[in-house]
Amino acid sequence: MMKNAYFSGLTVPLLLLLPQLAITVVFFYWPASQAVWQSFLLQDAFGTSTEFVWFENYAELFKDPGYFKALINTAIFSTFVCILSLSIALLFAVMADRQIRGAEIYKTLLIWPYAVAPAVAGVLWIFMFDPSLGMLARGLASLGVNWNPRLNGNDAMLLVILAATWKQISYNFLFFLAGLQSIPKSVIEAAVIDGARPWRRFWTIVFPLLSPTTFFLLVVNIVYVFFDTFGIIDTVTGGGPSGATETLVYKVYSDGKGGSNLGGSAAQSVVLLVMVIAMTAFQFRFIERRVSY
Amino acid sequence: MFMKSAILGSIAAIALSAASPALAQTEIQWWHALTGANNDVVVKLAEEFNASQKDYKVVPAYKGSYPDTLNAGIAAFRAGTAPHILQVFEVGTGTMMSAKGAVKPVHELMKEAGEPFDPKAYLPAITGYYSTSKGDMLSMPFNSSSMVMWYNKDAFKKAGLNADAPPKTWPEVFEAAKKLKAAGFDKCGFTNAWATWANIEQFGAWHNIPIATKANGLEGFDAVLNFNSPLFVKHLTNLVELQKDKTYDYSGRTNNGEGRFTSGECPIMLTSSGFFGNVRANAKFDWGNAPMPYYPEAAGAPQNSIIGGASLWVMGGKKAEEYKGVAKFFTFISHIDRQVKLHTESGYLPITKAAYEKVKASGFYKDKPYLETPILELTNKEPTENSRGLRFGSLVQIRDIWSEEIEAALNGQKTPKAALDAAVERGNQMLRQFERTASR
Amino acid sequence: MVEDRRLGDAIAYVILTIGVLIVAFPVWLTFVASTWDAATIINGQLPLYPGPKFFENYYRILFIGTSGTTREPVLNMMLNSFVMAMAIALGKIFISVLSAYAIVYYRFPFRMAAFWIIFVTLMLPVEVRIFPTFKVVSDLGMLDTYQGLAVPLIASATGTLLFRQFFMTIPDELLEASRIDGAGPFRFFKDTVIPLSITTIAALFVIQFIYGWNQYLWPLLVTTKDSMQTIVIAIKKMIVTSDALTEWQLAMATAMLAMLPPVLVVVLMQRLFVKGLVETEK
Repeated sequence: MMKNAYFSGLTVPLLLLLPQLAITVVFFYWPASQAVWQSFLLQDAFGTSTEFVWFENYAELFKDPGYFKALINTAIFSTFVCILSLSIALLFAVMADRQIRGAEIYKTLLIWPYAVAPAVAGVLWIFMFDPSLGMLARGLASLGVNWNPRLNGNDAMLLVILAATWKQISYNFLFFLAGLQSIPKSVIEAAVIDGARPWRRFWTIVFPLLSPTTFFLLVVNIVYVFFDTFGIIDTVTGGGPSGATETLVYKVYSDGKGGSNLGGSAAQSVVLLVMVIAMTAFQFRFIERRVSY
Repeated sequence: MFMKSAILGSIAAIALSAASPALAQTEIQWWHALTGANNDVVVKLAEEFNASQKDYKVVPAYKGSYPDTLNAGIAAFRAGTAPHILQVFEVGTGTMMSAKGAVKPVHELMKEAGEPFDPKAYLPAITGYYSTSKGDMLSMPFNSSSMVMWYNKDAFKKAGLNADAPPKTWPEVFEAAKKLKAAGFDKCGFTNAWATWANIEQFGAWHNIPIATKANGLEGFDAVLNFNSPLFVKHLTNLVELQKDKTYDYSGRTNNGEGRFTSGECPIMLTSSGFFGNVRANAKFDWGNAPMPYYPEAAGAPQNSIIGGASLWVMGGKKAEEYKGVAKFFTFISHIDRQVKLHTESGYLPITKAAYEKVKASGFYKDKPYLETPILELTNKEPTENSRGLRFGSLVQIRDIWSEEIEAALNGQKTPKAALDAAVERGNQMLRQFERTASR
Repeated sequence: MVEDRRLGDAIAYVILTIGVLIVAFPVWLTFVASTWDAATIINGQLPLYPGPKFFENYYRILFIGTSGTTREPVLNMMLNSFVMAMAIALGKIFISVLSAYAIVYYRFPFRMAAFWIIFVTLMLPVEVRIFPTFKVVSDLGMLDTYQGLAVPLIASATGTLLFRQFFMTIPDELLEASRIDGAGPFRFFKDTVIPLSITTIAALFVIQFIYGWNQYLWPLLVTTKDSMQTIVIAIKKMIVTSDALTEWQLAMATAMLAMLPPVLVVVLMQRLFVKGLVETEK
């Protein structure tokens, strides 16, 4: 954590820290404290009348079945995106790790979706699966599948899961590939000499060695699903139908927009804030452990 | 080296953004939600107005869908950067009206600016929606429409139906849809855009049954929703039944599904009369429209329809000079020739009596009866408590709740009765919360 | 054994090819859609091969804009996106390299406090505190400005952590040697630390550029003027319509243009990109 050789003084380091601290205070702590304050208020849309209501917004929140639904949606959404994107990425990474010709080209061709904005990814997927104009939706219909994300919550959830997974595979692929390539070849060769078949070899030797990467990716993927999928949900389903794809972060936005329920939205922000700080603390311990070896 | 260019780069970015052009005229910001041919109408109106005088410049900006535009306006007002003119769709009316100080009532604006203004020149079926109970006009109607039933005449012929006598009642629509389905329209016999506008709001007015107490909220924010009554339940039950084999097929909460009509997928669609421009441009078949269907057993049905579309609200806290420009612009758009042109080109309703009479006298509707359908619906009978209009705070959000419940019924999660009960109960919660913040 | 290896390679090729196809298919379809006309798309008759309107659609969207929704030429929006992405990337590098230097190379009171103040922001994205942040930005008069677009998104700890970790790997001997030469903290920073950090800086730049370019919710709120909007939010505005058909071909051409710069960055600077990704997240 600390260098043995260092400078001393107070003015210079504070000046160096000033830009970041100033931005952090103005655009992070100040709004966060505003959110806490707002969560105790009841206000009309235009902000012309305000009433201090103590914990009423929180009480309403925990009474609201929609909030628990969003919690469950978030859990389902993250579970599926994590499982799908991790396993597909692992499969691709294992294949790309073989000494085959063109492996580099395949790698390039698999990683670029990382650069696609979530909102754009959402547009691409709704374009394929919109029941009336989507090419793949028509294909499904001609196979007799009753595909209707406009009305069927499960279809809508499936669609956002697919779009979110599509975008995340590239990221997981890169880390798995890096993880695989850092496994010493001698370990694998020893196993080959022992006569272990490839399948067995993978599960008994390679996969355990990848577990730090897998665990790290799990944390990152959960964070991704929580926060970075906003653009996907907004462009694909807008949280619908019937709230079936509304996640916790999306609900913060949809309850607060138009000023209809800013207090409730702020209360949700505060709850999320607490959850995120817990997650950060968790990840921090994890980072420190990684750094230490 | 890199650092240096990094710093220079960010300084350049900041300097770049600080430079803004100097303004010679008084600029009037106009945020709107119109797309396609109607977007052209907005831009042309602004251009013509700007060319007609030198003191003011109207700058239109497209802000996304109707709800997005309203949200952007509210957020901007809270931030002190509201536009001068905000186009708000009819469901946002309650929210806007309750916001004293946030908006400048149109009747006040016109008086203070000294512009000639006679509220009686406007069609009461339209201005009634945007006026106080005393008759003071709060916002300027802009694009008004009502809901009509669009149908595909070629499809009707194919199914052996009479293309010149579209179904009048709901049972007739169901029969026609079944025949259409048998004739190859098996993905969608009939449908509607704007799920709640069609199945709750217009449905109530057209059948003269209330959706809430207090004259559907016109007489006070303490109105209580009560549309979980038998006829609403019956209608939703029918839709749920027909959804199962796609004789009816749901097309979403807004008008995103309207392409299903123009593409020929759905041969019958209830949606706004403002759909006209789009149908004219994109439907590759013979089409027409008809009044909304009704249930014959409902006493007095059909009553009259209510308007949709949007009006222009003037935001509060601007300079007198700017208000003067806004008032001049409103006089400009109310001019009879401009109204005639707007109506005949866009399909939206004329807002002044004079414009309507002029179009009627010219024999225009003989060739194009589909442009008169919404006006005939609106003026079908003298409005009652149940059909004058509706006014609820937070209706934008409440509509989402209603849509959710309708969706829950259509996909079988809830019975129609349970869904409407929940829609009423959750809507009432929103109304009570709104009442609390609005009444102080 | 040899047979085994060949079979294995063949399976690898098949799976990777399927993977590439799955990854590319949505984008191919988008490209195809951007080369046809609206009616073909709306009526669900889109084929799998490009149509005749490539130049027409792209010319129109780049230099003229859509006719029915947002009328700004997309080229302007791309410029806005570019300025925003550059400002975020450079701004973040600037503030975090300085603060990491202070935290690693100075020992002073409140050091840990400063570190924690910055660190807490690590995972809380702007989406969660969106409305109050919007209020702050508007109070500061920063709506519709590049500062308003960029600066609030700089407030995060990833860069600081990255540099901190990197600085920890710089051997202490270098500082001692530099001191013997009579160099102070500024010269040590300029002559030793920065040259050593160039690849780390470049890697962070790549990641942050992509992050900045792809922002969605924030620009949606803070830009009220058409002339300030970014390309990503324009797509959303193009696909919602009231009483009119969506010009899908133009929306899809815009989507292609929105993907192009960040994808190019990833493909052309792949090494830096991988480094940036792996190291910022560690």
